[in-house]
Amino acid sequence: MKRTVPLVITFLTGFFLIVAFFIPHEPFGELEQRLLVWFAIVSGFTMLLGVDNLIRSHAKRIARTDTGWGHSIALLVGLVVTVVVGAIGFARFGSPFHMQSPFMFVYTYVIVPLQGTMFALLAFFIASASYRAFRARNTIATLLLVSAIIVMLGRVPIGAAISDFFPAAQEWIMDVPQLAAKRGIQIGAALGAVSMSLRIILGIERSYLS
Amino acid sequence: MRHLSLTVTLVLLSILAVAGGSAAAPPAPAPAPCVCSVSAYDVPDDGGGAIAVSWELATTTISPAVTRFEVLRYAAGEEPASIGEAPPRDSGFVDADADHGRTYQYIVRTHTIDGFVDSVPSDAAIATAQWFAHGRVSSLIAVILVCGSIIFFIVRAKAGTELFIRKIPGLDAVDDAVGRATEMGRPVLYVPGIETVSEVGTLAALTILGHVAKKVAQHGTPLLVPTADPIVMTTAQEIVKQAYAEVGQSDRFDPSSVFYLTYDQFGYTAGVDGIMVRERPEAVFLLGYFAAESLILAETAHEIGAIQISGTKETSQLPFFVAACDYTLIGEEIFAASSYLSHEPVMLGSLKGQDLIKIGIVYLVVGLVILASIGYAIAPDGTSALSGALETVKQWMAGS
Repeated sequence: MKRTVPLVITFLTGFFLIVAFFIPHEPFGELEQRLLVWFAIVSGFTMLLGVDNLIRSHAKRIARTDTGWGHSIALLVGLVVTVVVGAIGFARFGSPFHMQSPFMFVYTYVIVPLQGTMFALLAFFIASASYRAFRARNTIATLLLVSAIIVMLGRVPIGAAISDFFPAAQEWIMDVPQLAAKRGIQIGAALGAVSMSLRIILGIERSYLS
Repeated sequence: MRHLSLTVTLVLLSILAVAGGSAAAPPAPAPAPCVCSVSAYDVPDDGGGAIAVSWELATTTISPAVTRFEVLRYAAGEEPASIGEAPPRDSGFVDADADHGRTYQYIVRTHTIDGFVDSVPSDAAIATAQWFAHGRVSSLIAVILVCGSIIFFIVRAKAGTELFIRKIPGLDAVDDAVGRATEMGRPVLYVPGIETVSEVGTLAALTILGHVAKKVAQHGTPLLVPTADPIVMTTAQEIVKQAYAEVGQSDRFDPSSVFYLTYDQFGYTAGVDGIMVRERPEAVFLLGYFAAESLILAETAHEIGAIQISGTKETSQLPFFVAACDYTLIGEEIFAASSYLSHEPVMLGSLKGQDLIKIGIVYLVVGLVILASIGYAIAPDGTSALSGALETVKQWMAGS
């Protein structure tokens, strides 16, 4: 029973959503939108679960003085401060997202720079990953290296200054072999997603239920 | 002489009069912008309640004097009332507030800088709901073929037919990675992506988590599962708990091993990177939906010397995983993982069915490419019957 009911719900939901895709008439037409609204509501409430888990796990870490427990203090302080400034913004301006709200100050001068810093790290990681990937160890790696050099040169003005070959060659590489491989992967992934969805709808794939 | 001077004076006066007259005369009025015909019809393939209104102008060029179009609607016994506006370049409007089954007529009012001109009323139109989206016939056929093929092979597998499935190195390496972490006495880090369970890639990642958790439970290796979504966290907790129970190690399950970090993309990335650097996991699984953080996570895992097994269906992130990770599940392989790892014939049957469709698509694409090539070789301007047939197939597949 514990498994049968979720399986029946899954089957009926999946079946009706497929049917609704082809039947615009009520009550099917807006079924997907309606379920998405339900999902958004449920997701909103589950955020409380996440916050609860976050507070519990870090409070436990601080109580046990585990390795890095200082980070947990920083996290909990950050969580409380953000909630408090959000509440102040709501009380003073009617919305925490008001441009003069202290929450927006925290968002603009703390959260956004931190996000930008993490994103900027990508440049260094691309350099180190490219260095490893482009080593000409075998024929395929050499092909990758040559293709990468052509594409990179073809996409900057200096490539066109050296020769017209680079812009034309990079365009061909991107439009023909690259796009063909990408579409092949996308078709395979889409079929894989359909197959997996069907296994879930039919109750063959149950590992997510536990 | 007097006659001559009089004549010259008259001519000059005439010239001045003409010149002065042309300067002082009002500019010729712009042609009256007029909507010459208005048509209204039920929006096709919808759930009712919408009528499309389109109009044509009497002139091919829109006069700059036109400022906007106003659409007025009325039913029998009602006065026309405004229901919306359209900019001067538009020639259509959708009335999405029509009552189901009620007859309406529409008037398009052309506003100019000088005033407005009303069109003649459109024919009557009724908003109705359709029971079938005719534009999706190609999708319906595709669904029937794909689902039919998969179900056929599932039934065959149930009947006991032996099915061959090719080796997937990334999945074969799962056991080795867990084994190595056990030998080194270090944890296994499982990152199920940044999306919620409504993303099919996340579901695929959660199904693989069950297998990894069983292996981890058998070996007594610590497992860490940081999540970016509370629903994923709850589901992952249950999956890991069940995996420990299935191998008789329920008492070893630590609920805090599956935890929530943050929904913020780069906050999550920073958190997972921090865990990698502090906890030094020996095996890192990056499976599910990833975006810009994919390379940051994969490279950090490489920096700490962990075995990385990654997988996603996002083609934009696959090159990063391939470049940085030891093993990568490419596209469909992540969806095949649960079937591959379970070795259940019924699960493998679904893979066989999807492969059959893939072969069909390959033949279709190759066939259409050959036909199109012949067509364009016959008539490079695309006017041959073969090129036309290809266009028809393309339009049919696009549902138009």
